[in-house]
Amino acid sequence: MSFFHMPTPIAARRLFIGQSGLVLSGAAVALLAGRDALAAASGAADPKDVQILNTALGAELEAIAAYQLGAESKLLQKPVLDLALSFQGHHKEHAALLAKTIEQLGGKAVIAKANYHFPADQLKSQADVLRFAAKLEQGAVSAYLGAVPLFANRDLSKAAASILGDEAMHWAVLRQALGETPVVPSAFMA
Amino acid sequence: MKRGWPVRAAQVIVAVLGGASACASRAAPDVVHGEQVYVRCMACHALANDRVGPHHCGLFGRLAGSVPNFDYSPAMKRANIVWNDKTLDQFLAAPLKMVPGSSMTYDGVADPKDRSDLIAYLKRANDLPACAPRTPDAGGTKADRPRR
Repeated sequence: MSFFHMPTPIAARRLFIGQSGLVLSGAAVALLAGRDALAAASGAADPKDVQILNTALGAELEAIAAYQLGAESKLLQKPVLDLALSFQGHHKEHAALLAKTIEQLGGKAVIAKANYHFPADQLKSQADVLRFAAKLEQGAVSAYLGAVPLFANRDLSKAAASILGDEAMHWAVLRQALGETPVVPSAFMA
Repeated sequence: MKRGWPVRAAQVIVAVLGGASACASRAAPDVVHGEQVYVRCMACHALANDRVGPHHCGLFGRLAGSVPNFDYSPAMKRANIVWNDKTLDQFLAAPLKMVPGSSMTYDGVADPKDRSDLIAYLKRANDLPACAPRTPDAGGTKADRPRR
């Protein structure tokens, strides 16, 4: 776990969130919403694209809830807790952007469920929580990978691939935290 | 007479290797690998609980779109598919091709061996503790056990 006690990555992350993150978010908004806002206005948005975005939004909302469960479990110690909250923040950004884009495409964004069913009874240690989160993040990578080729609008494919990259980083960092080797287990994802 | 031996030996070797190859191509599904493939599903699915997608305990023999209280797409509700090895293989290969309009907006599991192993895992998973009887609010119960 020495990885988390190194001050440099945390400082770098703060710097990233404080400066570059805002720029990236702005670029992503433009990427997701720019042309398609016009397309929606003319009724040209592909309904399948809206469905893909809504499925992704549903998964993002659930990921937010999962990290909340981890954060409130009292099983996560600093700085792992900070890391989990940081990742949750990314998922919140993804969800907000997806919801906004769905609305701009003329769709109705799904909302968070009142209750999510997680295997809370199986989470008894920090490692359990991290392992649970790692599985969700790995699944998210696969889900976005499976969505990327389906979009009619290739700008949305690009945006989904951008989110995919973020999920993959979450997964790798969680594997690192768990001491799993190799941290990046293969050259390709499926 | 001796000169014919190498030819016959080679024929035997070719026959044996050919048989081995044929056996390999019909290898039994690898449940352990199937569990690894299942991780791809875990952004949206779980064995016991409904998530973005419905739970998988009791999947075999279940009518598509029939998990109580799960918010299926209209397309899945009217799909009229019973999940078995054949229908799962077809669906997992290209979900939106088999059920256009499904909210499972996923390109599919392209590799037939991956699908075969995944299906074997899903079948076997019904015997895992995750699919054991649970409290009434849990997604999957033994009541969902398949009609094999």
